[in-house]
Amino acid sequence: MFELLGIPPQALFGQLLLGLINGSFYALLSLGLAVIFGLLNIINFAHGAQYMMGAFVAWMLLTYFGINYWWALVLVPLVVGATGVVIERLMISRLYHLDHLYGLLLTFGLALIIQGLFRNQYGVSGLPYSIPAELAGGQNLGFMFLPNYRGWVVVASVIVCFSTWFAIEKTRLGAYLRAATENPTLVGAFGINVPRMITLTYGFGVGLAALAGVLAAPIYSVNPNMGADLIIVVFAVVVIGGMGSILGAILTGFGLGIVEGLTRVFYPEGSAVVIFVIMAIVLLIKPAGLFGRTA
Amino acid sequence: MKLNGTLLATAAAVLLATPAFAVDVKIGVLNDRSGVYADLSGEGSVVAARMAAEDFDAEAKGINVEIISADHQNKPDVASNIARQWYDEENVDVIADVPTSSAALAVNEISREKDKLFLVSGAATTELTGAACAPATLHWTYDTYALATGTGSAMVEAGHDKWFFLTADYAFGHSLEENTTKVVQESGGEVLGSVRHPFPGTDFSSFLLQAQASGADVIGLANAGGDTVNAIKQASEFGITQAGQALAGLLIFITDVHALGLETAQGLVLTEAFYWDLNDETRAWSDRYSEQMGGAKPTMVHAGVYSAVLHYLKAVEATGSKETAAVVEWMKANPTEDTVFGEGSVRADGRHMHDMYLFEVKSPSESTGEWDYYELLATIPAEQAAIPLEESACELVQ
Repeated sequence: MFELLGIPPQALFGQLLLGLINGSFYALLSLGLAVIFGLLNIINFAHGAQYMMGAFVAWMLLTYFGINYWWALVLVPLVVGATGVVIERLMISRLYHLDHLYGLLLTFGLALIIQGLFRNQYGVSGLPYSIPAELAGGQNLGFMFLPNYRGWVVVASVIVCFSTWFAIEKTRLGAYLRAATENPTLVGAFGINVPRMITLTYGFGVGLAALAGVLAAPIYSVNPNMGADLIIVVFAVVVIGGMGSILGAILTGFGLGIVEGLTRVFYPEGSAVVIFVIMAIVLLIKPAGLFGRTA
Repeated sequence: MKLNGTLLATAAAVLLATPAFAVDVKIGVLNDRSGVYADLSGEGSVVAARMAAEDFDAEAKGINVEIISADHQNKPDVASNIARQWYDEENVDVIADVPTSSAALAVNEISREKDKLFLVSGAATTELTGAACAPATLHWTYDTYALATGTGSAMVEAGHDKWFFLTADYAFGHSLEENTTKVVQESGGEVLGSVRHPFPGTDFSSFLLQAQASGADVIGLANAGGDTVNAIKQASEFGITQAGQALAGLLIFITDVHALGLETAQGLVLTEAFYWDLNDETRAWSDRYSEQMGGAKPTMVHAGVYSAVLHYLKAVEATGSKETAAVVEWMKANPTEDTVFGEGSVRADGRHMHDMYLFEVKSPSESTGEWDYYELLATIPAEQAAIPLEESACELVQ
């Protein structure tokens, strides 16, 4: 049996797969960020908090209303997305004529407020949310035991990412969106309601974050800090992929998940920083990101 | 002179109205108020300190206690800054709690430099009464030696003698791994390897898979709080426990068990200094705590803050001062007694000596209600739970 740098191939395959699973979350979250940044030019720092809200709303639906995981997958993005619509209408829409920095400060403040409210109410230890019975158990793949639920996360994430990419790049609605990004005044002149489209896009991006939150609820502990821990990494992913690039966000998300997974085998202590090291290198060589266009 | 007359009258009034002396004591509770350790320390420690002042009836004895608090975010640099500011500008007399060993070690150095009393409850590293020991640092609740002795030897005795460690990559994790390794080897077991994960972490599956591949029959979790909760959840998800590998949660608090739920946590063996359901006194004390904390039960860290502050206030009363050397001397010379830990003492190296307990987490069917989580397996006598003085690296006892 051969070994690669002292690691047996079984272990390596296992780690690659695990990296892919983590990459699914990075991809889903960075996709939402990329969509929002692409159209609104807002760096949505509340994204982590909205991901956390997704997990919490799923928990609330189950605990207070007895609504199960599958319904939560549909309802939670709608509910949290609706809060996104309200936030966009009431607050973010007032900042479009100002510098990017103001949007960043506003959403960062919102994130702190949302996290603080949840922390006050539910503490930080986390709340239990079980894996749905249909996805309990797992498959023995020979080189590792793959829990069914993790397999589902990868599948769901790939489907959602592909659909979003398809909708934005290949459909008429997507064409409007992209056109509005380039020149909102001109698109408005053709009779398209640009402000409404922007509002719905923000709601959609937030809904994606909430969906990732529902997917995460059964495997990570549902706690108010879960988004804050993840969001910094996701920002790095977006920067590496290229701000606003949909395909870049998706591919970089999965790719960096795998890189991080491998670091955990070869040099575990470095696994928390490897993504930032890559970010620094990419910024030096290709400041617009791997898939970004230079303006 | 008229002014003198007024002064005399005031002095006389004060003498008549108050007991032998009057003194202002300012206690700073410094801990994690927003991160992974906020439930096991946090606001609960402030409540516990306040309860100590109330139970001691400090005001009637002429001791005016003021309690302030701050969030150190589990970062040593933040903790140092706050400690310095508290001692230099806010006249804080004593800092209490300080979970996260790296942060506690930082505060320890500043307290030494400023000659102030430091009552540690939340932190675990044995360094605080070992190589880094300071004359006025008292380590109250538990340390990694006690955890290793309790849980480590219980696991080896149960036949789990091949270990692999999943270690939080900072002072506490390192210290806990080192202590447990020693206990395991002395009991005839062996350590096959370890992996160090970033603190705090979210996804442990890749580390757990490495532990699984090692062929060990027990995975020692040398981490705490949210990290332990996630690691245990994911070990069950990846079929690691079902495949026969046991988990040894080397530091598990009751709030962690609460977060995991009994379904996942059942059967875990753990070491604690305090459990709310030990006897009538602990139940009554914990009920009072719960009333102020929205129904949550206290952890051993909270109990430790209560016990330490109580003993400190006794010392202030007895010595009639808050002069550090005199207060510490009294605290070390006199036995401790309170509702949470019973009787104990403070050793020359600053370690508070009291019994520890080995518990097993109940199954959902054994539990009779919310927070009914533990079955007492054994009581670990204080002498066994603390590092023997002759092995101590503390310069105070050389």
